[in-house]
Amino acid sequence: MDFFNAIVQVLDSTIRLSVPLLLACLAGLYSERAGVFDIGLEGKMLAGAFAGAAAASVFHSALIGLGMAILISVAFALIHGFASITHRGNQIVSGVAINFIAAGSTIMLGQAWFQQGGRTPALAAGERFEAITWPGADALRSVPILGPIYSELISGHSVLVYLAFLAVPFTWWVLFRTRFGLRLRAVGENPAAVDTAGISVAWLRYRALICTGVLTGIAGAYLSMVQNGGFVKDMTAGKGYIALAALIFAKWKPVNAMFACLLFGFLDAASIRLQGTPLPLIGKVPVQFMQALPYVLTVILLAGFIGKAIPPRAGGVPYVKER
Amino acid sequence: MAQAAIELIGIDKSFGAVRANRDINLEIMRGTIHGIVGENGAGKSTLMSILYGFYQADSGEIRVGGQPASIKTPNDAIALGIGMVHQHFMLVDNFSVLENVILGAESDALLKKSIAKARSELERLEREYGLEVDPDAIIEELPVGLQQRVEILKALYRGAEILILDEPTGVLTPAEADHLFRILRQLKEQGKTIVLITHKLREIMAITDTVSVMRQGTMVATRETKKTTVEELAELMVGRRVLLRVEKGEAKAGGVKLAVKNLTVKDSRGVTMVDDVSFDVHAGEIVGIAGVAGNGQSELLEAISGIRHAVSGSVMLDGKPIDLTGAADPGELRERGLAHVPEDRHHVGLVLAFEENENSILGYQDDERYLKGPFLDIDAIRNDARDKIVKYDIRPADCRLKTANFSGGNQQKIVLAREMEQDPGVLIVGQPTRGVDVGAIEFIHKRLIAMRDQGKAVLVVSVELDEIRSLSDRILVMFAGRIVGERGPDATEGELGLLMAGVEHREAAE
Repeated sequence: MDFFNAIVQVLDSTIRLSVPLLLACLAGLYSERAGVFDIGLEGKMLAGAFAGAAAASVFHSALIGLGMAILISVAFALIHGFASITHRGNQIVSGVAINFIAAGSTIMLGQAWFQQGGRTPALAAGERFEAITWPGADALRSVPILGPIYSELISGHSVLVYLAFLAVPFTWWVLFRTRFGLRLRAVGENPAAVDTAGISVAWLRYRALICTGVLTGIAGAYLSMVQNGGFVKDMTAGKGYIALAALIFAKWKPVNAMFACLLFGFLDAASIRLQGTPLPLIGKVPVQFMQALPYVLTVILLAGFIGKAIPPRAGGVPYVKER
Repeated sequence: MAQAAIELIGIDKSFGAVRANRDINLEIMRGTIHGIVGENGAGKSTLMSILYGFYQADSGEIRVGGQPASIKTPNDAIALGIGMVHQHFMLVDNFSVLENVILGAESDALLKKSIAKARSELERLEREYGLEVDPDAIIEELPVGLQQRVEILKALYRGAEILILDEPTGVLTPAEADHLFRILRQLKEQGKTIVLITHKLREIMAITDTVSVMRQGTMVATRETKKTTVEELAELMVGRRVLLRVEKGEAKAGGVKLAVKNLTVKDSRGVTMVDDVSFDVHAGEIVGIAGVAGNGQSELLEAISGIRHAVSGSVMLDGKPIDLTGAADPGELRERGLAHVPEDRHHVGLVLAFEENENSILGYQDDERYLKGPFLDIDAIRNDARDKIVKYDIRPADCRLKTANFSGGNQQKIVLAREMEQDPGVLIVGQPTRGVDVGAIEFIHKRLIAMRDQGKAVLVVSVELDEIRSLSDRILVMFAGRIVGERGPDATEGELGLLMAGVEHREAAE
C-alpha cells in the first residue's frame, strides 16, 4: 500500500510539473505550426510569471494577476512577431533576445518595485489560484485504489491545471476542425499558397503568435501563482526549452504533446522522489544525476531516437513574396 | 462578335532600375486560348502577376469584361473570376486535395460544411471537365500532373472564368502535357478563357488560338496562331534569326572512349533504377539517351560520374575500369578526363551563394593553374573566369557577381564552360538546356557539336525529344531502367515516343 501511495504521489506531482511544460509546448505548437520558430517561450513564460505575481500582489486578485501575465506575454509575442514577421528578422535571434530581456527586466523591475532581491512579495490567499476540491474527494479518500486516484490525481488541482489539459483537445479541434486552424497549418507549410489564396500571411502569423502569448502567459502565471507563492528570479529554469524539445518529440501534434510533457513531468517528479533514496543494485545516486535525467532524456530523444520528425516546412523562414 | 475578356492598356512596372514591363497593351478574347511567349526575363510572369494582383502596375489600366478593374490583391482577382495556376504549385504538400481546394475559400469558420460543399463541387467539376482526382489524396503522394490538376480545380472552385497558366508543362511528361491540353480545350469549349504562358513554341502552335510575343519587357507582336510559324515566333522572341535545329556534319566516330557493361543501379529505397544496361560511346560522336523523366537516366548518369554506387556491372574509361563500389571519387574521374554537367545545376552543379569565378573552377580547384603554393591564386581564377565569360557569352559579364543572380540559361553556361574548357576526353551532359532560352539553346547545341567534332565522346541525357533528335548521332531509349532500343538520328518522333512509352518493350516481353 505504501508503494501504491508513493506511485500516486509521483503521478500527482507529474501532473503538477507537466502543466507549465504542456502550456508552453502548446504555445510553441501554435507558433511553429504557423511557421514561426519560437525559442523565446522561456522568456515569455518568465515575463508572464513576473507580471502575474506582481499584479496579483499589488491588486490582491489572482484573476488580475492572470490577466496581466497574459497581457505581458502577448506583448512579448508581438515583439517577436514585429521583428520576425513584419521585419523578416531571424527568428532564433529574436527569440533569444526576448529570453534575455525577460531574464534581465524581471529582476530589475522586481528589485525596483518590491526591494526583495528580485522576488515579488509572497502571495496571500486570494492572490493565488487555490486547489479545487472535487465533490466527494475527501469522503472517498479512504476507498482503496480508486479513492487516492480520485482525490489525489483528479481532484485537488488549481483551475489552471484543468485549463492546461482542456487546452489539448481544444487545440486539436482548432487546428483540424476550424478555418483558422486550416490556414494556420497551411501558412506553416507553404505561405505562398496562403498568399495566393488571398489570405494575409502576416496577419495569420500574428494571430498564431497571440495564441502563443496567451498560453505562455498562463504557463508563467501557473509557475508564480500556483506552483510557487510568488515570483523568484529565473524561476522558469529552462522549462521553455524542455517544452520545445517536447514539441519536437511530439512531432508538432497536440495529443502527442500532452504525452511528451507528461513524460518529462514524470521524470522530473521521479527525480525529486528518488533523491537520496538508494536504488536497488546501484545504491545511492547523487542528487545532481537525478536532476540531470530529464535533460539527458531530451538529448537522447532529440538525437534521433524518436524517428524522423518533420517540422512545418516553412518554419523559421520569413515570408518574402518572390518575384 | 467576340468580346474581350481582359484588356491591358499601357501597363508599366519597374523593380528598382529594371523595367520589367513597359507600355504593355494586350487584348484577350473571351473563350479563346491565348498564348504569351517570350524568353526568361521577358516580363511574362510579371505581367500575369499584375493581372492576378500579386503586384500593382506603376501605371496603366486593366479592364475585365469591358469594365475598368482595380486589382490590388489576389482576392480582387479571384472576385473578378481570374484564376491562376502557378509554375511552382501553390499547394500545401501534406494537405489533402479537399483541404487545398477550400483553403482561402472556406464557407464558414468551421470546416465541416466547407469540406462537404467542396466534395460535391469537385464531383461536379469532375463530371463536367473530366478532371478526376481523389479528393482525399494527400498532395505529395500524387504525381505532378495530378497536382497541377488540383491547381486547376482550385481556380475553378473559386469560380474562375479566366484561367492563367504559367509554364504549365515545364514539369510534365509528354503524356501528362497532352492530357492537360485536352482539359484546356474542354474548358475552352465551356466558354472559359485561357491564358497560357510558356517559352515552348511547339505548345503554342499546338493549342493556342492567338499568340503574343514579349521581349525585354515589351509586347512585340500578336499573331493568329494559324497564320504564324515557329520560326517567326522564335525570331520575334529573340530579336534575330534562330536556328532551331543546329546544322552538323557526319560524325567521324573513332575508338571506344566509354564502355558501359551490364550496369545495374539501385536507388536509396533499394528499387532497381538501372537494369543491366550496356552501351559504348565512341570518340567523335554524340550518343543521346531519350526517355520520360524517372526511367533511370538520372541514376545512370550519377553512376557513371561517380556520384552513386552501382550494384553490378562495369564502366571502362579509355579501357581502364572505373571503381563503381562507391569509392570512385568524381575528382579522380575528372583527372582521368571525364567531365560531367549534372542535370540539377542548382544542387549538384553550382554553389549559388558563390561568386561566378569561384563556381567556374569548382571541382578543379586543386589544379595547379589555380594554385599559388597552398593558396588559391585568385587573380588566375578571375582571369580564367573572364575568359570563359567572353567565350561562352555569359551575361552579365561580371565574374564577381553571386551565381544566384544569373538567369538559368547563364548558370547553365557557367557549368558548361567549366566542364568543356577542361578539355575532357568524355563529356557527360544531363538536360543540357533545361530552363534555357531559345537563343542560348542554339549556342549550347553548337558547343556540344564542336566538342564532338574535336573528337570527344559526348553522352547527352535529355527529356526533350527534339533536343535528342537534333544533337545525337545515335539515340538510345530508356524505359523502366532498361535500354529498349537504339535508333539513328533520323528516327521519327512517333517511333521514339512509342519506345519511350515502353510499348515495344512490353510486346517483346509477352
